[in-house]
Amino acid sequence: MSENEWVSVADKGSVPEGEMKGVTVGSTEVAIYNLKGELYATDNLCTHAYAFLTDGWMDGEEVECPLHAGRFEIKTGKGMGAPIPCDVKSFPVRIEGDKIQVKVG
Amino acid sequence: MSDQNIVIIGAGHAGGRAADALRTAGYTGAVTLCGEERHPPYERPPLSKELLFGAIPHEKTYLFPEAYYAEKNIALKLGVAVTAIDRQAQRVTFADGSTLPYDALMLTTGARARRLPLPGGDGPRVFYLRDIDDTLALREKLGEGTRLAIIGAGFIGLEIAATARKRGVSVTVIELAALPLARVAAPEIGEYMAQLHRGKGVDLRTGVKVTAIEDTGSELRIMVEGGEPIVADYAAIGIGAQPNVELAQQAGIECKDGIVVDQFGHTNDPKIFAAGDVTRHLNPLLDRHVRLEAWQNAQNQAIAVAKVMAGGDQPFSEVPWFWTDQYETNMQMAGAPDRWDRVVWRGEPTDPGFTLFQLLDGRVVAAVTINNARDMRFGRMLIQSGKIVDPAALGDKNTKLQDLVR
Ligand SMILES: Cc1cc2nc3c(=O)[nH]c(=O)nc-3n(C[C@H](O)[C@H](O)[C@H](O)COP(=O)(O)OP(=O)(O)OC[C@H]3O[C@@H](n4cnc5c(N)ncnc54)[C@H](O)[C@@H]3O)c2cc1C
Ligand code: FES
Repeated sequence: MSENEWVSVADKGSVPEGEMKGVTVGSTEVAIYNLKGELYATDNLCTHAYAFLTDGWMDGEEVECPLHAGRFEIKTGKGMGAPIPCDVKSFPVRIEGDKIQVKVG
Repeated sequence: MSDQNIVIIGAGHAGGRAADALRTAGYTGAVTLCGEERHPPYERPPLSKELLFGAIPHEKTYLFPEAYYAEKNIALKLGVAVTAIDRQAQRVTFADGSTLPYDALMLTTGARARRLPLPGGDGPRVFYLRDIDDTLALREKLGEGTRLAIIGAGFIGLEIAATARKRGVSVTVIELAALPLARVAAPEIGEYMAQLHRGKGVDLRTGVKVTAIEDTGSELRIMVEGGEPIVADYAAIGIGAQPNVELAQQAGIECKDGIVVDQFGHTNDPKIFAAGDVTRHLNPLLDRHVRLEAWQNAQNQAIAVAKVMAGGDQPFSEVPWFWTDQYETNMQMAGAPDRWDRVVWRGEPTDPGFTLFQLLDGRVVAAVTINNARDMRFGRMLIQSGKIVDPAALGDKNTKLQDLVR
Protein backbone atom coordinates (compact mmCIF):
# COMPACT_ATOMS: atom_id res chain seq x y z
CA MET A 1 0.00 0.00 0.00
CA SER A 2 2.61 2.48 1.06
CA GLU A 3 5.46 1.68 -1.32
CA ASN A 4 6.49 4.62 -3.41
CA GLU A 5 3.67 6.97 -2.60
CA TRP A 6 3.34 9.88 -0.24
CA VAL A 7 1.96 8.80 3.12
CA SER A 8 0.80 11.11 5.91
CA VAL A 9 2.68 10.14 9.05
CA ALA A 10 2.28 12.95 11.55
CA ASP A 11 0.72 16.33 12.22
CA LYS A 12 2.58 19.30 10.83
CA GLY A 13 3.62 20.76 14.18
CA SER A 14 4.48 17.47 15.86
CA VAL A 15 8.24 17.59 15.19
CA PRO A 16 9.54 20.88 16.63
CA GLU A 17 12.86 22.34 15.59
CA GLY A 18 15.84 20.36 16.89
CA GLU A 19 13.72 17.29 17.57
CA MET A 20 12.93 14.00 15.91
CA LYS A 21 10.12 11.49 15.85
CA GLY A 22 9.81 7.83 14.90
CA VAL A 23 6.93 6.66 12.69
CA THR A 24 6.09 3.43 10.90
CA VAL A 25 5.21 3.26 7.21
CA GLY A 26 4.14 -0.24 6.21
CA SER A 27 7.06 -2.33 7.40
CA THR A 28 9.56 0.55 7.40
CA GLU A 29 10.60 2.38 10.56
CA VAL A 30 11.16 6.02 9.68
CA ALA A 31 12.84 8.82 11.61
CA ILE A 32 11.64 12.37 10.91
CA TYR A 33 14.02 15.17 11.90
CA ASN A 34 13.50 18.90 12.12
CA LEU A 35 16.85 20.52 11.40
CA LYS A 36 16.64 24.31 11.68
CA GLY A 37 13.09 24.31 10.40
CA GLU A 38 13.70 21.88 7.53
CA LEU A 39 12.30 18.35 7.71
CA TYR A 40 14.36 15.29 6.79
CA ALA A 41 13.60 11.57 6.99
CA THR A 42 15.78 8.45 7.16
CA ASP A 43 15.37 4.82 8.06
CA ASN A 44 15.09 4.77 11.85
CA LEU A 45 17.01 1.54 12.47
CA CYS A 46 20.74 1.81 13.04
CA THR A 47 22.74 -0.32 10.60
CA HIS A 48 25.15 -1.54 13.30
CA ALA A 49 23.13 -3.60 15.77
CA TYR A 50 19.50 -2.96 16.72
CA ALA A 51 18.45 0.47 17.90
CA PHE A 52 16.09 3.28 16.95
CA LEU A 53 17.97 6.42 16.03
CA THR A 54 15.10 8.49 17.46
CA ASP A 55 16.05 7.11 20.89
CA GLY A 56 19.42 8.82 20.45
CA TRP A 57 20.39 12.47 20.04
CA MET A 58 20.61 15.08 17.36
CA ASP A 59 23.97 16.78 17.41
CA GLY A 60 24.39 19.49 14.80
CA GLU A 61 23.64 17.90 11.44
CA GLU A 62 24.13 14.36 12.74
CA VAL A 63 22.10 11.87 14.71
CA GLU A 64 23.89 9.71 17.27
CA CYS A 65 22.74 6.16 17.99
CA PRO A 66 21.82 5.56 21.65
CA LEU A 67 23.51 2.17 21.83
CA HIS A 68 27.09 2.52 20.63
CA ALA A 69 27.34 6.14 19.57
CA GLY A 70 27.44 5.46 15.82
CA ARG A 71 26.54 8.56 13.78
CA PHE A 72 24.64 9.36 10.60
CA GLU A 73 24.28 12.54 8.62
CA ILE A 74 20.64 13.60 8.96
CA LYS A 75 20.37 15.17 5.50
CA THR A 76 21.72 12.18 3.59
CA GLY A 77 21.69 9.14 5.90
CA LYS A 78 25.44 8.76 5.40
CA GLY A 79 27.19 6.64 8.07
CA MET A 80 29.97 8.62 9.76
CA GLY A 81 32.66 6.06 10.59
CA ALA A 82 33.03 3.23 13.11
CA PRO A 83 31.09 1.20 14.05
CA ILE A 84 28.62 1.98 11.26
CA PRO A 85 28.97 -0.54 8.39
CA CYS A 86 26.64 1.22 5.91
CA ASP A 87 24.39 4.23 5.42
CA VAL A 88 20.73 4.41 6.39
CA LYS A 89 18.25 5.15 3.61
CA SER A 90 17.13 8.71 3.25
CA PHE A 91 13.49 9.38 2.27
CA PRO A 92 11.74 12.37 0.69
CA VAL A 93 9.55 14.25 3.15
CA ARG A 94 7.11 17.15 2.65
CA ILE A 95 4.32 19.06 4.31
CA GLU A 96 0.93 18.64 2.71
CA GLY A 97 -1.88 20.63 4.33
CA ASP A 98 -1.50 20.08 8.04
CA LYS A 99 0.31 16.74 7.69
CA ILE A 100 3.91 15.59 7.36
CA GLN A 101 4.22 13.11 4.51
CA VAL A 102 7.05 10.76 3.55
CA LYS A 103 7.68 8.51 0.58
CA VAL A 104 9.48 5.24 1.35
CA GLY A 105 10.46 2.52 -1.11
CA MET B 1 55.13 7.24 5.76
CA SER B 2 54.17 5.60 2.46
CA ASP B 3 56.85 2.92 2.12
CA GLN B 4 56.59 1.85 5.75
CA ASN B 5 55.69 -1.67 6.67
CA ILE B 6 53.25 -1.94 9.55
CA VAL B 7 52.52 -5.27 11.21
CA ILE B 8 49.55 -5.64 13.56
CA ILE B 9 49.57 -8.59 15.95
CA GLY B 10 46.11 -9.68 17.06
CA ALA B 11 43.30 -9.64 14.49
CA GLY B 12 40.52 -8.93 16.98
CA HIS B 13 38.34 -5.88 17.44
CA ALA B 14 41.19 -3.43 18.02
CA GLY B 15 43.41 -4.96 15.33
CA GLY B 16 40.67 -4.78 12.70
CA ARG B 17 39.79 -1.20 13.56
CA ALA B 18 43.45 -0.18 13.53
CA ALA B 19 44.07 -1.66 10.07
CA ASP B 20 41.02 0.11 8.67
CA ALA B 21 41.91 3.38 10.39
CA LEU B 22 45.43 3.34 8.89
CA ARG B 23 43.88 3.29 5.44
CA THR B 24 41.26 5.89 6.32
CA ALA B 25 44.05 8.13 7.58
CA GLY B 26 45.67 7.88 4.16
CA TYR B 27 48.52 5.53 5.02
CA THR B 28 49.50 3.72 1.82
CA GLY B 29 52.33 1.44 2.97
CA ALA B 30 52.06 -2.26 3.71
CA VAL B 31 49.74 -3.51 6.46
CA THR B 32 49.73 -7.10 7.67
CA LEU B 33 47.10 -8.10 10.20
CA CYS B 34 48.09 -11.31 12.01
CA GLY B 35 45.64 -13.35 14.08
CA GLU B 36 45.69 -16.64 15.87
CA GLU B 37 41.97 -17.25 15.36
CA ARG B 38 40.67 -18.54 12.05
CA HIS B 39 38.03 -15.76 11.88
CA PRO B 40 38.65 -12.29 10.50
CA PRO B 41 38.28 -9.48 13.08
CA TYR B 42 34.92 -9.44 14.84
CA GLU B 43 33.06 -7.76 17.67
CA ARG B 44 32.76 -9.85 20.82
CA PRO B 45 29.73 -8.29 22.57
CA PRO B 46 27.20 -10.31 20.54
CA LEU B 47 28.90 -13.58 21.52
CA SER B 48 27.35 -13.91 24.97
CA LYS B 49 24.10 -12.35 23.75
CA GLU B 50 22.72 -12.89 20.22
CA LEU B 51 25.20 -15.55 19.11
CA LEU B 52 24.87 -17.70 22.25
CA PHE B 53 21.10 -17.40 21.96
CA GLY B 54 21.23 -18.44 18.31
CA ALA B 55 19.66 -15.28 16.92
CA ILE B 56 22.44 -14.50 14.42
CA PRO B 57 25.00 -16.39 12.34
CA HIS B 58 28.55 -15.88 13.59
CA GLU B 59 29.54 -14.00 10.42
CA LYS B 60 27.22 -11.20 11.56
CA THR B 61 29.80 -10.27 14.21
CA TYR B 62 32.56 -9.65 11.64
CA LEU B 63 33.77 -6.05 11.51
CA PHE B 64 34.02 -6.15 7.73
CA PRO B 65 33.22 -8.71 5.04
CA GLU B 66 36.30 -10.81 4.27
CA ALA B 67 36.69 -9.29 0.81
CA TYR B 68 37.12 -5.86 2.39
CA TYR B 69 40.71 -6.54 3.44
CA ALA B 70 41.86 -7.32 -0.09
CA GLU B 71 40.05 -4.22 -1.34
CA LYS B 72 41.95 -2.09 1.17
CA ASN B 73 45.21 -3.87 0.45
CA ILE B 74 45.43 -5.22 4.00
CA ALA B 75 47.16 -8.61 4.18
CA LEU B 76 45.36 -10.98 6.55
CA LYS B 77 47.41 -13.77 8.06
CA LEU B 78 44.98 -15.87 10.09
CA GLY B 79 45.08 -19.13 12.03
CA VAL B 80 48.68 -18.81 13.18
CA ALA B 81 50.03 -17.17 16.33
CA VAL B 82 53.02 -14.87 16.52
CA THR B 83 55.48 -16.48 18.91
CA ALA B 84 58.30 -13.95 19.15
CA ILE B 85 59.26 -10.34 18.49
CA ASP B 86 62.91 -9.60 17.70
CA ARG B 87 63.18 -5.88 18.42
CA GLN B 88 66.80 -5.57 17.23
CA ALA B 89 66.12 -7.16 13.86
CA GLN B 90 62.57 -5.67 13.74
CA ARG B 91 61.07 -9.01 12.83
CA VAL B 92 58.29 -11.23 14.16
CA THR B 93 58.25 -15.03 14.12
CA PHE B 94 55.13 -17.17 13.70
CA ALA B 95 54.25 -20.57 15.16
CA ASP B 96 54.76 -22.13 11.72
CA GLY B 97 58.36 -20.87 11.65
CA SER B 98 57.82 -18.11 9.12
CA THR B 99 58.99 -14.56 9.83
CA LEU B 100 57.94 -11.06 8.84
CA PRO B 101 59.93 -7.81 9.06
CA TYR B 102 58.35 -4.59 10.36
CA ASP B 103 59.08 -0.89 10.47
CA ALA B 104 56.37 -0.31 13.05
CA LEU B 105 54.46 -2.81 15.13
CA MET B 106 51.01 -2.59 16.69
CA LEU B 107 50.14 -5.00 19.50
CA THR B 108 46.43 -5.74 19.81
CA THR B 109 46.62 -9.16 21.42
CA GLY B 110 43.61 -8.55 23.67
CA ALA B 111 42.85 -10.67 26.68
CA ARG B 112 41.81 -14.21 27.45
CA ALA B 113 39.33 -15.69 29.89
CA ARG B 114 40.90 -16.29 33.27
CA ARG B 115 40.97 -20.01 34.06
CA LEU B 116 39.47 -21.25 37.30
CA PRO B 117 42.57 -22.20 39.31
CA LEU B 118 40.86 -25.15 40.99
CA PRO B 119 40.71 -28.91 40.51
CA GLY B 120 38.30 -29.65 37.65
CA GLY B 121 38.49 -26.12 36.24
CA ASP B 122 39.44 -27.42 32.79
CA GLY B 123 37.21 -30.49 32.40
CA PRO B 124 35.17 -31.33 29.28
CA ARG B 125 31.92 -30.10 30.86
CA VAL B 126 33.46 -26.78 31.84
CA PHE B 127 33.20 -23.85 29.40
CA TYR B 128 34.81 -20.45 29.01
CA LEU B 129 33.56 -17.73 26.70
CA ARG B 130 35.97 -15.49 24.85
CA ASP B 131 35.71 -16.28 21.17
CA ILE B 132 33.28 -17.48 18.50
CA ASP B 133 34.33 -21.11 18.79
CA ASP B 134 33.83 -21.08 22.59
CA THR B 135 30.36 -19.63 22.06
CA LEU B 136 29.29 -22.21 19.48
CA ALA B 137 30.57 -25.03 21.70
CA LEU B 138 28.62 -23.80 24.74
CA ARG B 139 25.50 -23.05 22.70
CA GLU B 140 25.24 -26.69 21.64
CA LYS B 141 24.83 -27.65 25.29
CA LEU B 142 22.16 -25.11 26.22
CA GLY B 143 18.96 -27.07 25.63
CA GLU B 144 15.62 -26.60 27.41
CA GLY B 145 15.91 -27.94 30.95
CA THR B 146 19.70 -28.33 30.93
CA ARG B 147 21.24 -27.44 34.29
CA LEU B 148 23.98 -24.83 33.93
CA ALA B 149 26.12 -23.59 36.80
CA ILE B 150 27.85 -20.28 36.16
CA ILE B 151 30.81 -19.38 38.31
CA GLY B 152 31.24 -15.63 38.61
CA ALA B 153 28.57 -12.91 38.51
CA GLY B 154 30.51 -10.35 36.50
CA PHE B 155 29.26 -9.10 33.15
CA ILE B 156 30.08 -12.24 31.18
CA GLY B 157 28.59 -14.55 33.81
CA LEU B 158 25.39 -12.51 34.01
CA GLU B 159 25.07 -12.25 30.24
CA ILE B 160 25.47 -16.00 29.88
CA ALA B 161 22.84 -16.43 32.62
CA ALA B 162 20.36 -14.15 30.82
CA THR B 163 20.87 -15.84 27.46
CA ALA B 164 20.66 -19.33 28.96
CA ARG B 165 17.41 -18.46 30.75
CA LYS B 166 15.99 -17.23 27.46
CA ARG B 167 16.79 -20.68 26.05
CA GLY B 168 14.92 -22.39 28.88
CA VAL B 169 18.04 -23.50 30.71
CA SER B 170 17.94 -23.92 34.47
CA VAL B 171 20.63 -21.58 35.78
CA THR B 172 22.55 -21.33 39.05
CA VAL B 173 25.04 -18.48 39.41
CA ILE B 174 27.70 -18.78 42.11
CA GLU B 175 29.54 -15.65 43.22
CA LEU B 176 32.15 -15.20 45.89
CA ALA B 177 31.32 -11.56 46.62
CA ALA B 178 28.16 -10.44 48.39
CA LEU B 179 26.74 -8.90 45.19
CA PRO B 180 27.04 -9.32 41.43
CA LEU B 181 29.37 -6.94 39.54
CA ALA B 182 31.16 -6.18 42.80
CA ARG B 183 34.43 -5.53 40.97
CA VAL B 184 33.04 -3.00 38.50
CA ALA B 185 29.80 -1.34 39.60
CA ALA B 186 28.26 0.44 42.55
CA PRO B 187 26.52 -1.88 45.07
CA GLU B 188 23.18 -0.28 44.19
CA ILE B 189 23.59 -1.56 40.63
CA GLY B 190 24.75 -4.98 41.84
CA GLU B 191 21.61 -5.18 43.95
CA TYR B 192 19.44 -4.17 41.01
CA MET B 193 20.99 -6.82 38.76
CA ALA B 194 20.64 -9.47 41.47
CA GLN B 195 16.92 -8.78 41.64
CA LEU B 196 16.60 -8.74 37.87
CA HIS B 197 18.15 -12.19 37.57
CA ARG B 198 16.29 -13.68 40.51
CA GLY B 199 13.05 -12.39 39.01
CA LYS B 200 13.89 -14.29 35.81
CA GLY B 201 14.33 -17.53 37.71
CA VAL B 202 18.11 -17.57 38.19
CA ASP B 203 19.24 -19.26 41.39
CA LEU B 204 21.81 -16.63 42.38
CA ARG B 205 24.03 -17.61 45.28
CA THR B 206 26.33 -14.89 46.52
CA GLY B 207 29.02 -15.09 49.18
CA VAL B 208 29.72 -18.66 48.09
CA LYS B 209 33.21 -19.99 47.53
CA VAL B 210 33.76 -22.79 45.02
CA THR B 211 36.54 -25.18 46.02
CA ALA B 212 36.53 -27.76 43.22
CA ILE B 213 34.54 -29.13 40.31
CA GLU B 214 34.01 -32.89 40.26
CA ASP B 215 32.96 -34.61 37.05
CA THR B 216 31.10 -37.85 37.81
CA GLY B 217 31.13 -38.81 34.16
CA SER B 218 27.48 -37.85 33.71
CA GLU B 219 27.23 -34.59 35.63
CA LEU B 220 29.19 -32.03 37.59
CA ARG B 221 29.30 -31.58 41.33
CA ILE B 222 30.46 -28.07 42.14
CA MET B 223 31.97 -28.25 45.60
CA VAL B 224 31.46 -25.17 47.75
CA GLU B 225 32.83 -24.19 51.11
CA GLY B 226 30.51 -25.01 53.99
CA GLY B 227 27.60 -26.23 51.87
CA GLU B 228 26.12 -28.99 49.75
CA PRO B 229 27.63 -29.48 46.29
CA ILE B 230 25.71 -27.83 43.44
CA VAL B 231 24.82 -30.36 40.77
CA ALA B 232 24.78 -29.31 37.12
CA ASP B 233 25.16 -30.72 33.62
CA TYR B 234 27.67 -28.06 32.60
CA ALA B 235 29.55 -25.15 34.08
CA ALA B 236 30.47 -21.82 32.50
CA ILE B 237 33.22 -19.76 34.07
CA GLY B 238 33.18 -15.96 34.07
CA ILE B 239 35.84 -14.85 36.53
CA GLY B 240 37.44 -12.11 34.52
CA ALA B 241 40.03 -11.76 31.80
CA GLN B 242 43.77 -11.48 31.76
CA PRO B 243 45.71 -9.49 29.18
CA ASN B 244 47.77 -11.38 26.59
CA VAL B 245 51.06 -9.71 27.49
CA GLU B 246 53.47 -12.66 27.25
CA LEU B 247 54.67 -11.89 23.72
CA ALA B 248 55.45 -8.29 24.67
CA GLN B 249 56.94 -9.26 27.99
CA GLN B 250 59.35 -11.74 26.40
CA ALA B 251 60.47 -9.00 24.03
CA GLY B 252 61.25 -6.72 26.98
CA ILE B 253 58.37 -4.32 26.47
CA GLU B 254 57.20 -2.76 29.72
CA CYS B 255 54.13 -4.51 31.13
CA LYS B 256 52.23 -4.04 34.37
CA ASP B 257 49.03 -6.10 34.19
CA GLY B 258 48.81 -4.90 30.58
CA ILE B 259 51.27 -3.38 28.13
CA VAL B 260 52.06 0.08 29.49
CA VAL B 261 51.38 2.81 26.92
CA ASP B 262 50.90 6.56 26.96
CA GLN B 263 47.91 8.45 25.59
CA PHE B 264 49.25 7.99 22.03
CA GLY B 265 49.71 4.23 22.31
CA HIS B 266 53.52 4.35 22.54
CA THR B 267 55.21 1.52 24.42
CA ASN B 268 58.77 1.93 25.70
CA ASP B 269 59.99 0.98 22.19
CA PRO B 270 59.41 3.85 19.73
CA LYS B 271 58.67 1.39 16.92
CA ILE B 272 56.04 -0.49 18.93
CA PHE B 273 52.50 0.62 19.73
CA ALA B 274 49.62 -1.10 21.48
CA ALA B 275 45.83 -0.69 21.80
CA GLY B 276 42.76 -2.44 23.17
CA ASP B 277 42.21 -4.81 26.10
CA VAL B 278 45.92 -5.61 26.33
CA THR B 279 46.95 -2.06 27.26
CA ARG B 280 47.33 -0.25 30.52
CA HIS B 281 47.10 3.22 29.07
CA LEU B 282 47.27 6.75 30.34
CA ASN B 283 43.83 8.34 30.23
CA PRO B 284 44.38 12.12 30.26
CA LEU B 285 40.85 12.81 31.53
CA LEU B 286 41.31 10.56 34.55
CA ASP B 287 44.98 11.47 34.87
CA ARG B 288 45.96 7.86 35.59
CA HIS B 289 46.66 4.60 33.79
CA VAL B 290 43.74 2.24 33.32
CA ARG B 291 43.27 -1.17 31.80
CA LEU B 292 39.81 -1.48 30.29
CA GLU B 293 38.00 -4.46 28.87
CA ALA B 294 35.49 -2.68 26.72
CA TRP B 295 34.29 -2.36 23.18
CA GLN B 296 34.61 1.46 23.10
CA ASN B 297 38.23 1.28 24.15
CA ALA B 298 38.99 -1.47 21.64
CA GLN B 299 37.49 0.56 18.83
CA ASN B 300 38.46 4.13 19.64
CA GLN B 301 41.88 3.62 21.17
CA ALA B 302 42.84 1.49 18.17
CA ILE B 303 41.65 4.18 15.76
CA ALA B 304 43.44 6.92 17.69
CA VAL B 305 46.73 4.99 17.85
CA ALA B 306 46.52 4.05 14.16
CA LYS B 307 46.18 7.76 13.33
CA VAL B 308 49.31 8.46 15.37
CA MET B 309 51.14 5.71 13.47
CA ALA B 310 50.00 7.34 10.23
CA GLY B 311 51.58 10.62 11.32
CA GLY B 312 48.91 12.22 13.51
CA ASP B 313 49.45 13.85 16.89
CA GLN B 314 46.10 13.53 18.69
CA PRO B 315 45.93 11.56 21.96
CA PHE B 316 43.24 9.04 22.85
CA SER B 317 41.23 10.81 25.50
CA GLU B 318 37.70 9.63 26.23
CA VAL B 319 35.56 8.94 29.27
CA PRO B 320 35.58 5.11 29.61
CA TRP B 321 32.25 3.66 28.61
CA PHE B 322 30.77 0.19 28.68
CA TRP B 323 27.37 -1.40 28.11
CA THR B 324 25.71 -4.74 28.68
CA ASP B 325 22.39 -6.21 27.55
CA GLN B 326 20.64 -8.74 29.76
CA TYR B 327 17.06 -9.88 29.06
CA GLU B 328 15.32 -6.66 27.97
CA THR B 329 17.62 -4.50 30.07
CA ASN B 330 20.24 -2.24 28.53
CA MET B 331 22.74 -0.98 31.05
CA GLN B 332 25.41 1.58 30.19
CA MET B 333 28.21 2.74 32.41
CA ALA B 334 30.51 5.72 32.00
CA GLY B 335 33.56 6.51 34.08
CA ALA B 336 36.03 4.20 35.80
CA PRO B 337 35.83 5.38 39.39
CA ASP B 338 38.14 3.88 41.97
CA ARG B 339 36.16 5.68 44.67
CA TRP B 340 33.13 7.89 45.23
CA ASP B 341 31.55 9.43 48.31
CA ARG B 342 27.94 9.78 47.28
CA VAL B 343 25.36 8.41 44.86
CA VAL B 344 22.46 10.32 43.32
CA TRP B 345 19.44 8.56 41.85
CA ARG B 346 17.69 10.09 38.90
CA GLY B 347 14.52 8.03 38.99
CA GLU B 348 13.83 4.98 41.12
CA PRO B 349 15.00 1.40 40.71
CA THR B 350 11.36 0.45 40.25
CA ASP B 351 10.97 2.81 37.25
CA PRO B 352 11.22 1.30 33.76
CA GLY B 353 14.40 3.31 33.32
CA PHE B 354 16.65 5.31 35.63
CA THR B 355 20.16 6.70 36.06
CA LEU B 356 22.52 6.45 39.00
CA PHE B 357 25.35 8.95 39.38
CA GLN B 358 28.42 8.41 41.51
CA LEU B 359 30.04 11.58 42.85
CA LEU B 360 33.35 12.41 44.47
CA ASP B 361 33.84 15.81 46.09
CA GLY B 362 30.73 17.08 44.33
CA ARG B 363 31.80 16.00 40.84
CA VAL B 364 30.26 13.21 38.78
CA VAL B 365 32.80 10.38 38.40
CA ALA B 366 30.47 7.72 37.03
CA ALA B 367 27.02 7.40 35.52
CA VAL B 368 25.02 4.21 35.09
CA THR B 369 21.87 4.13 33.01
CA ILE B 370 19.40 1.29 33.17
CA ASN B 371 17.11 1.35 30.11
CA ASN B 372 17.78 5.04 29.96
CA ALA B 373 20.44 5.48 27.29
CA ARG B 374 19.29 9.03 26.63
CA ASP B 375 20.94 10.20 29.86
CA MET B 376 24.26 8.60 28.94
CA ARG B 377 25.47 11.23 26.54
CA PHE B 378 25.13 13.97 29.15
CA GLY B 379 26.42 11.67 31.87
CA ARG B 380 29.63 11.34 29.88
CA MET B 381 29.80 15.08 29.36
CA LEU B 382 29.30 15.73 33.07
CA ILE B 383 32.16 13.40 33.93
CA GLN B 384 34.39 14.96 31.30
CA SER B 385 33.61 18.52 32.43
CA GLY B 386 34.67 17.80 36.02
CA LYS B 387 32.16 20.44 37.11
CA ILE B 388 30.77 20.60 40.62
CA VAL B 389 27.07 19.84 40.29
CA ASP B 390 24.09 20.40 42.54
CA PRO B 391 23.02 16.88 43.60
CA ALA B 392 19.40 17.98 44.00
CA ALA B 393 19.25 19.22 40.40
CA LEU B 394 21.03 16.08 39.18
CA GLY B 395 18.43 13.88 40.83
CA ASP B 396 15.47 15.93 39.64
CA LYS B 397 14.05 14.57 36.40
CA ASN B 398 12.56 17.99 35.66
CA THR B 399 16.04 19.45 35.38
CA LYS B 400 17.52 18.85 31.95
CA LEU B 401 20.93 17.20 32.18
CA GLN B 402 22.16 19.30 29.28
CA ASP B 403 21.56 22.39 31.39
CA LEU B 404 23.86 21.00 34.09
CA VAL B 405 26.62 20.37 31.57
CA ARG B 406 26.64 23.97 30.38
C1 LIG C 1 31.71 -12.55 25.50
C2 LIG C 1 32.10 -11.12 25.55
C3 LIG C 1 31.11 -10.13 25.62
C4 LIG C 1 31.46 -8.79 25.68
N1 LIG C 1 30.48 -7.85 25.75
C5 LIG C 1 30.80 -6.54 25.83
C6 LIG C 1 29.78 -5.56 25.92
O1 LIG C 1 28.60 -5.85 25.96
N2 LIG C 1 30.16 -4.26 25.98
C7 LIG C 1 31.47 -3.87 25.95
O2 LIG C 1 31.76 -2.67 26.01
N3 LIG C 1 32.46 -4.80 25.85
C8 LIG C 1 32.15 -6.11 25.80
N4 LIG C 1 33.15 -7.06 25.70
C9 LIG C 1 34.56 -6.61 25.66
C10 LIG C 1 35.08 -6.37 24.25
O3 LIG C 1 34.63 -7.34 23.38
C11 LIG C 1 36.60 -6.36 24.29
O4 LIG C 1 36.96 -5.24 25.04
C12 LIG C 1 37.23 -6.31 22.91
O5 LIG C 1 36.99 -7.47 22.20
C13 LIG C 1 38.73 -6.08 23.02
O6 LIG C 1 39.28 -6.03 21.76
P1 LIG C 1 40.83 -6.37 21.51
O7 LIG C 1 41.02 -6.30 20.05
O8 LIG C 1 41.65 -5.57 22.42
O9 LIG C 1 40.99 -7.88 21.97
P2 LIG C 1 40.36 -9.17 21.32
O10 LIG C 1 39.05 -8.85 20.69
O11 LIG C 1 40.40 -10.19 22.37
O12 LIG C 1 41.35 -9.55 20.15
C14 LIG C 1 42.65 -10.01 20.36
C15 LIG C 1 43.01 -10.98 19.27
O13 LIG C 1 44.42 -11.18 19.28
C16 LIG C 1 44.68 -12.53 19.02
N5 LIG C 1 46.03 -12.85 19.53
C17 LIG C 1 46.45 -12.83 20.82
N6 LIG C 1 47.75 -13.16 20.89
C18 LIG C 1 48.16 -13.40 19.63
C19 LIG C 1 49.40 -13.78 19.05
N7 LIG C 1 50.50 -13.99 19.80
N8 LIG C 1 49.46 -13.95 17.71
C20 LIG C 1 48.37 -13.73 16.94
N9 LIG C 1 47.18 -13.37 17.43
C21 LIG C 1 47.07 -13.19 18.76
C22 LIG C 1 43.57 -13.25 19.74
O14 LIG C 1 43.41 -14.56 19.22
C23 LIG C 1 42.38 -12.35 19.46
O15 LIG C 1 41.72 -12.71 18.28
C24 LIG C 1 32.83 -8.41 25.65
C25 LIG C 1 33.81 -9.41 25.59
C26 LIG C 1 33.47 -10.74 25.54
C27 LIG C 1 34.54 -11.79 25.49
S1 FES D 1 23.32 -0.13 17.20
FE1 FES D 1 23.73 1.87 16.54
S2 FES D 1 25.83 2.12 16.93
FE2 FES D 1 25.47 0.09 17.51
